[in-house]
Amino acid sequence: MTSRAPIHEQDARPDQEPFVADPDVLVEIRGLSFRHGSRVILDNLDLDIRRSGVTAVMGPSGTGKTTLLKLITGQLRPDAGSIRVDGEEVTRLDRTALYRLRRRMGMLFQSGALLTDLSVFDNVAYPLREHTDLSPSMRRKLVLLKLEAVGLRGARDLMPSQLSGGMARRVALARAIALDPMMILYDEPFTGQDPISMGMLMALIRQLNDAAGLTSILVSHDVRETSSIADYLFVIHEGRVIACGTPAEIAADRSAWVRQFMDGLPDGPVPFHYPGPSLSDDLHSRASA
Amino acid sequence: MWLDSVAGLGRGVLTALERLGRAHLLLLAILLGVGEVLRRPRLLWEQIYNIGVLSLLIVGVSGLFVGMVLGLQGYYVLSQFGAEQSLGVMVAASLVRELGPVVTALLVAGRAGSALTAEIGLMKATEQLSGLEMMAVDPVRRILTPRFLGGLVAMPMLAAIFSAVGVLGGYFVGVGLLGIDDGAYWSQMRAKIDFEEDVVNGVVKSLVFGVFVTWIALFQGHDTVPTSEGVSRSTTRSVVHSALVVLGLDFVLTALMFGD
Repeated sequence: MTSRAPIHEQDARPDQEPFVADPDVLVEIRGLSFRHGSRVILDNLDLDIRRSGVTAVMGPSGTGKTTLLKLITGQLRPDAGSIRVDGEEVTRLDRTALYRLRRRMGMLFQSGALLTDLSVFDNVAYPLREHTDLSPSMRRKLVLLKLEAVGLRGARDLMPSQLSGGMARRVALARAIALDPMMILYDEPFTGQDPISMGMLMALIRQLNDAAGLTSILVSHDVRETSSIADYLFVIHEGRVIACGTPAEIAADRSAWVRQFMDGLPDGPVPFHYPGPSLSDDLHSRASA
Repeated sequence: MWLDSVAGLGRGVLTALERLGRAHLLLLAILLGVGEVLRRPRLLWEQIYNIGVLSLLIVGVSGLFVGMVLGLQGYYVLSQFGAEQSLGVMVAASLVRELGPVVTALLVAGRAGSALTAEIGLMKATEQLSGLEMMAVDPVRRILTPRFLGGLVAMPMLAAIFSAVGVLGGYFVGVGLLGIDDGAYWSQMRAKIDFEEDVVNGVVKSLVFGVFVTWIALFQGHDTVPTSEGVSRSTTRSVVHSALVVLGLDFVLTALMFGD
């Protein structure tokens, strides 16, 4: 992953700046804005994801990280801006073209999103059955190899309800790589995991990325774990990129907001207290409880 | 103050119209997937089993009791006019024309419709539908269309079974308990029940109910707020809306089919 200049000054970019394609960049996002009702989720966001690396998008809960993944994969349509994935403008793709592009992407959902009426084996085999004409024996071999890669070949006959949270995510990961995608998107993969499961997932994300030459986009607010496996970090807050760089560069960033997020400080640019009237005013008001 | 009420009413109407629009768009998307499902009939068989076969017990038992009650009530009314030998006609006509399609639709809405809504709602809440989207599989065509067709096929069959079991229930009460002539029960039924006017119209009714009950159940599931409370509300709405629509439609269809 080559380093880039920080994008602190992104706001100065004119809206109609010509789009220059960079062959090393798999995902190019320019001027991306998305609102949910009156609430601004993403605000004129610029972001490049380079090929063959693990890029993490970090930020506190509710800052639009998952929304960003849904926009990249075309599950949501932006209010403004451009998203190019491998040269294709996602915002303008019709359904057929979008589905064709999605066959080259894998996504690991926070919940795993396994089909609960299918066994582990059938879940991993599902995309192969849907999109390939492989013989049953070849399909079986592929599924077993994918499950072997995530360490769950022996669990192939279990149902999703019999899996722990970490196992479910590893099965979902095996399913996500079933069609050998060019890119995998991870939505909060470490949330709610015990240390062993977390270690397994971290190792898997890094190893799968390097072994298969994938591009990985990881959305997370787990600072330490994410920094340890990512090649490049974007930190977003209130819908904008406030810092980006290698984990070492972000660790050295002295801006108050980045420090509060990276060090987990309880007070700072993001205040401890939710905005409201003063405590004195509240205590002396006549409103009944 | 009254302006607020008018504005609230307007918002309510707009929200209802928006939901109605979304429901029709979903129906269109479901229908566009019919060809794909017919090319993979296994998807359809599974749903006919889930909606039809698994509803057989409740439909059969309900049909038996409804037929037995019709036998009792019909006997006491008809015997006042000396027409108790026409009990078979009365039982069969009531079941085939009205009670078969209507009660079956209400039972299916309660058993299979609520299950469909909860299943689709939970699939949405647990991101299974989004997972399918990300695997480049259209969840409407793969999940919703087979269920819609399954409901459409199962409903007339269940209604027919309900009516048949109900006729037997009337027979047990009328002939077995109350002493009506066996031959009169069946022969009058055969002579007076018209295939087109009674049976076909009953089948048409149950087909229409099948469309609406399944459509409502699938829409409520697909449109659910993806939380446990949202799924619970959608499931309740699915049953209530289905029941009201079935009863309302039954009046309209009866007026069209049997009104002069």
